[in-house]
Amino acid sequence: MTELPAQTAFADRVAEAMPSGIGKTVRGLSDKAIAWLFIGPTILLLLAINIFPLIWTIYLSFTNYRANRPNAEVKYVGLDWYHRILGDADVWAAMQTTAHFVIWTIIIETVLGFGLAWLIDKKFRGHALWTTVILIPMMLSPAVVGNFWTFLYQPQSGLFNYAISFVTGIDPSSFQMLGSVRLSPWAIVIVDAWMWTPYVMLICLAGLRSIPDYIYEAAEVDRASPWRQFWSITLPMALPFIMLAVLFRGIENFKMFDMVNLLTGGGPGSTTEVVSITLKRQAFESWRTGYSSALAIILFVTVFGLANIYVKALNRVKQR
Amino acid sequence: MRKLIAVAAAIGAAVLMTGASIDGARAADKQLTLCWAAWDPANALVELSKDFTKQSGIDMKFEFVPWTNYADRFLNELNSHGKLCDLIIGDSQWIGGSAENGHYVKLNDFFAKEGISMDDFMPATVVGYSEWPKNTPNYWALPAMGDAVGWTYRKDWFAKPEIQAAFKEKYGRDLAVPKTYDELKDIATFFQGREIDGKTVYGASIYTERGSEGITMGVSNVLYDYGFEYQNPKKPYEMEGFVNSPGAIAGLEFYKELYKCCTPPGASNSYMSEGLDAFKSGQVALQMNFFAFFPGLYKDPNVGGDKIGFFVNPAGPAGHFTQLGGQGISVVAYSDKQDEALQYIKWFAKPDVQKKWWTLGGYSCAKSVLNDPSFPESAPFAAQFLESMAMVKDFWAEPSYAQLLQAEQKRVHDYVVADQGTAKEALDKLVADWTQVFQDDGKM
Repeated sequence: MTELPAQTAFADRVAEAMPSGIGKTVRGLSDKAIAWLFIGPTILLLLAINIFPLIWTIYLSFTNYRANRPNAEVKYVGLDWYHRILGDADVWAAMQTTAHFVIWTIIIETVLGFGLAWLIDKKFRGHALWTTVILIPMMLSPAVVGNFWTFLYQPQSGLFNYAISFVTGIDPSSFQMLGSVRLSPWAIVIVDAWMWTPYVMLICLAGLRSIPDYIYEAAEVDRASPWRQFWSITLPMALPFIMLAVLFRGIENFKMFDMVNLLTGGGPGSTTEVVSITLKRQAFESWRTGYSSALAIILFVTVFGLANIYVKALNRVKQR
Repeated sequence: MRKLIAVAAAIGAAVLMTGASIDGARAADKQLTLCWAAWDPANALVELSKDFTKQSGIDMKFEFVPWTNYADRFLNELNSHGKLCDLIIGDSQWIGGSAENGHYVKLNDFFAKEGISMDDFMPATVVGYSEWPKNTPNYWALPAMGDAVGWTYRKDWFAKPEIQAAFKEKYGRDLAVPKTYDELKDIATFFQGREIDGKTVYGASIYTERGSEGITMGVSNVLYDYGFEYQNPKKPYEMEGFVNSPGAIAGLEFYKELYKCCTPPGASNSYMSEGLDAFKSGQVALQMNFFAFFPGLYKDPNVGGDKIGFFVNPAGPAGHFTQLGGQGISVVAYSDKQDEALQYIKWFAKPDVQKKWWTLGGYSCAKSVLNDPSFPESAPFAAQFLESMAMVKDFWAEPSYAQLLQAEQKRVHDYVVADQGTAKEALDKLVADWTQVFQDDGKM
């Protein structure tokens, strides 16, 4: 039996699946052309909604354009906005707030997420039910989470304050989680950890379940203690997964906007003003489109650069 | 055959429905959309506008957005040259930007043609809501909703003999409506944490909101009274020594003290609706809020009627002023129905319509209403409203008002609520921010 070359067969199959007129045209095209025909619309869409806005934002960052003054003359300002942003103490303060938020959420979510994954991996009775229950916060919309935690944190009627009062004995209305300079950054960290620890747990669980049983069996034969097994087998083999979870959460939290906006709006004062809130205020409240475009580009480059360095580290860990 | 009948019936129904939708579209041609904030006066306007529909045959559709999103939503709409709104009741500070960016139709010719005179409206409202540049006869709106910041208090608590006695014992004077900010602070301190009818109550609800304009609208009432000026009256845009004058610094310090001593727990982000909630739920003795809400509060079954009293913003060491609220009504330049929109403005400017506007709960700016001898007695807060409108000051109405506002929101909130730096540092930074804005605009 003679078999048609795979390429011809593919072109023919595509041609057959099309109306006769188009089919004839397709039959005359090379496989490469057909492949472009298929991916072309997707590429165009990506260019239109991703690449073009990026290039346009870069362009705007060198101008004095303001979206609320469309008729005003647009002037080229060179690197002025970049210079001003990098020397702006308020932007650096927002960066510090963002770093505080990112670092603490990652630490808490990783420790708790891995701990929960380790427990769930023990496959105790009802572990499937517990897995589902633990995952619920992650499935909620950030808008819903932000709103109901706002109520939970109410100093006079919120359950959170009453729970703290029950444990510590202090008056529930004597402290405000969202209105206090000292507590509000932690209020946001708590909500983010509550919502996203299950996500980290899920990734870590995948890592733990990918470790073959025979390695543990060999360790048992060698009389390795559970502690030794954890440090020498579990943690190193799950590490790439943990690092992946850290990468995802790091990128997400660097850009965090919705939850902070709903919980504190960046306040009190600028205490919880993460850099995405600054960006929103500059772009859509102060209408400094050129300035905010420059800030957006700086943030993009920062996240992109950090993520690249991290991915290189991740690859190195995987190769070990 | 049955199938054939069914298909024919379906086609017939579709044709009829198409006809109906064409009729609907024709009716919709005679429809105006009016955009405003979602609050009590908006409901009064809906009621009032029914008369316009009756007289003109033009349907009125309303697009009301909560205050916290009002500026974002409608400024976006105007900036994108959207056609959603034919008429807009825009905030007083938008007038500069909206005039310069061509969002509003200039009304001078229309006013001249229709015999509408700005002399028929309260001068403060004409300057505040209609003119750009300020104090020039260039009109972009008709004063629609007069408003200013005032105060409400729990008249029933003030009347309690045991409360009066305790206050007199502590302060050596009778408990009465405060005339100065010092008196107001004493009263607020007195009520803070006090047990009344078995419930812990607090001193005052004041504006502290960070996101939009809240804390600026609140602190300005104190700053004006303590000597704050936006600029040198003799040299525009010169702010050093005016924005951060010793009086202004003292005023800002006072506002922080008031926030710290006398507000309910969790009041770090309060604006109009939070103030209303605090007062209606019987949490506070005093409430700072716009007059626009007072008709609704007076009708409230729990705290209205005999239980509520009203007073004007107290005086300070350097004067007696209050923050202007309120808005003018403008025709949107991108509307396809400008003629009908102008027809609405002509109707709205009529003295009898203005009179009904006030009786329904809107605040007319027309002299025919406000100068009527019976006006001060027409509502328990009417006299205070009249007094307030004679001493109003407003925030910048420059095209860059949003940037100027955000700068003040940040600097004041950082100091008052977040305890960052001193009052002097906050106002010095504000001068630097505003200077930068005006320099970027080429005005300095």
